[in-house]
Amino acid sequence: MPNVTITVNGKSHTVDVAPETLLVELLREKLRLTGTHVGCDTSQCGACVVHVDGAAVKSCTMLAMTADGAKVTTIEGLANGSALHPMQEAFREHHGLQCGFCTPGMIMSAVDIVNRKGSELDEHTIREELEGNICRCTGYHNIVKAVAAGAKAMKGGAKPARAAE
Amino acid sequence: MYAFTYERPKNVDDAVKLLKKADDAKLLAGGQTLLPAMKLRLASPGTIVDLSGIKGLSGIKASSKAVVIGALTKHVEVMNSAEVQKSLPALAHLASVIGDPAVRNRGTIGGSLANNDPSADYPAAALGLGATIKTNKREIEADKFFKGLFETALGADEIIESVSFPVPEKAGYEKFRNPASRFALVGVFVSKGKDGARVAVTGAGESGVFRVKEMEAALGKDFSAKAIEGIKVPAKGMIADLHGTAEYRAHLIGVLARRAVAAAK
Repeated sequence: MPNVTITVNGKSHTVDVAPETLLVELLREKLRLTGTHVGCDTSQCGACVVHVDGAAVKSCTMLAMTADGAKVTTIEGLANGSALHPMQEAFREHHGLQCGFCTPGMIMSAVDIVNRKGSELDEHTIREELEGNICRCTGYHNIVKAVAAGAKAMKGGAKPARAAE
Repeated sequence: MYAFTYERPKNVDDAVKLLKKADDAKLLAGGQTLLPAMKLRLASPGTIVDLSGIKGLSGIKASSKAVVIGALTKHVEVMNSAEVQKSLPALAHLASVIGDPAVRNRGTIGGSLANNDPSADYPAAALGLGATIKTNKREIEADKFFKGLFETALGADEIIESVSFPVPEKAGYEKFRNPASRFALVGVFVSKGKDGARVAVTGAGESGVFRVKEMEAALGKDFSAKAIEGIKVPAKGMIADLHGTAEYRAHLIGVLARRAVAAAK
């Protein structure tokens, strides 16, 4: 079986994989990073979005072999210990999730949008840019609010205050 | 997905050797069409030749006469290229409406052209601008490249290296997207160049991308939306499916062609 050397969330792994293994299968089944979800498996829903060498990709539509040598960031790589990433905190604060299934992909796409477009995002831009991520619960409204707030918080570098526990 | 043998050559010559060696090999570029097709078992190649390890097949070079784009150049690079935005804004716009951001980060121009999906965007630009497709063996004019549904003039051991788009006086692309798949229900690319006007339609034809000669003749005399107002495209030969009838698609061609001409720059 061929092997893949891949850096995931800063840690290097060398893993034996069958050639038909998808990147998302490598992440979930070999590395046990199950935060990345498989929703549709047909490149529509975006639940599997991760960053490969800094760019958002659908990890169900990339072979693990193609990611050989790449640096991958998954949802597990965002938080700093127990402190949530500002975008995660914003989703929590603004009720940007209900069932939570789409959330890892939403947040990875949202961080990618901020990386590309900066921290001042209007509603139209956010909705356009999230077109590859599908949510069946929220109606998107609070997701859009969360992304706008998370984007601002990422710029400040300050962690938004947690809601009272 | 069925099992396959995986190869990742470092240069085009090695890729060609691998294609010759295996009897049912497929080239993998960005994989945004091939991998879903393999998962649905619509494709089951015995060997995957992954082109992502080959350097020098991506990048954009623009002059006053032509924009040359390497086969492995991703949609996101075309849409964000300052040179493409300046010389051929219609092409940058076309790239920006393919799929979604994550798909545009992986999908490539060469992959789109070689696959020749009847609803893909790039075939409309290639045909609508009279592009030249350069392979490891020869140069193929767009008019001779597209051969019907998912069929092209490419040989079994032929690899697209780059695509050269002549810079027109004006060009425009209008797409009516299928909201679920984001493919073109109909897309129309128009251009006005030194050899006259071209009108290429994707998403509508049962045999893939095609030109509308009647509109080209009218636009050649007067490149305005008004010039093609009275031209109706017959519904015969149009795709009919649950997303739209043949008549609907034929109607959309007229609407989108007029919008594309009006928006051309």
